[in-house]
Amino acid sequence: MISELIINAFLVTVMLAIAIALLKTRTVIFTVILTSAYSLVAALMFITLDAVDVAFTEASVGAGISTVLFLAAMAYLPKKEEETIGNQFIPALSCIILGAILIWCSYDLPQIGLVSSPIHQHVAPDYILGSRNDIGIPNIVTSVLASYRGYDTFGETIVVFTAGIAVLVLLQNNKKPSKDTKSKIKKKVGRNV
Amino acid sequence: MYKNPILRVCTKILFAPIILFGLYVQFHGDFGPGGGFQAGVIVASAFILYTIVFGLEKGKKLFPSNINLLLLALGGIIYGGVGIASIFLGEEFLSYNLLGSTPQSGQHVGILLVEFGVGLTVSNVMIALFNAFIGFKSGKAS
Repeated sequence: MISELIINAFLVTVMLAIAIALLKTRTVIFTVILTSAYSLVAALMFITLDAVDVAFTEASVGAGISTVLFLAAMAYLPKKEEETIGNQFIPALSCIILGAILIWCSYDLPQIGLVSSPIHQHVAPDYILGSRNDIGIPNIVTSVLASYRGYDTFGETIVVFTAGIAVLVLLQNNKKPSKDTKSKIKKKVGRNV
Repeated sequence: MYKNPILRVCTKILFAPIILFGLYVQFHGDFGPGGGFQAGVIVASAFILYTIVFGLEKGKKLFPSNINLLLLALGGIIYGGVGIASIFLGEEFLSYNLLGSTPQSGQHVGILLVEFGVGLTVSNVMIALFNAFIGFKSGKAS
């Protein structure tokens, strides 16, 4: 129990440190690397909550591939972020109020893993029994993801597909328009105006 | 593109084990943590590593972009196809009970195919995105 507390305290401290460093840094590459580190600590956090599948996804997608994609995209950004100007009192105040509300609400949350809490009463017992008896797969996460919630995963796959296609279309269609099309566009615009 | 021999040799040594680990995560997802999304990302990272070290030209030679786009669509088609197949077998969309001889083996087959489709789409989307970012030439005329 006490070791769990120490681990959680350590992870939260590291997360807070990374968040403060993220606020302070103005160099784009440091921002990308720190975001990746934050994802890695979040993955450790998920492991302490026994959500190994989520931790695996966070480590591979959040800390791994998104960092690589950010770095690849970073080549087209200016090296330094612009200094923010203006008063930051109201944003800070709203953040503090929102955080206070969230902490206040967290006292009403049921204890983690408590069997009598509502989330473990609804469909979870059916899934746990069915994963063993009807599907025969030890990993309940996979049976929920691919079988019980197959529609949702189908939607997710299609979203990934559509997003990829959209980015490809945006990035590949950057050829200079030829003179004909340019004049055509001008004519069209002229007519419309 | 890096001339450093250590990087080049290490990439060549690491390439196959990364893909092997991706396949392990893909097909072992029924028994341990893992599944299509994670496996897709891991397999994509092998190709991305190759492209980073050897350059875009060689990366495209290893994995041509037309095959990449084909597989990108094929993943979604496999997933949808499993759903359609279960309709033709007389079940509801994406219920796998009749895909095998017993309902349990049907579920096994369905989940395996569906996860494979997810992995295929995710890995190819990641590779295609990376190649697009690397190959992007910012058009200053526009």
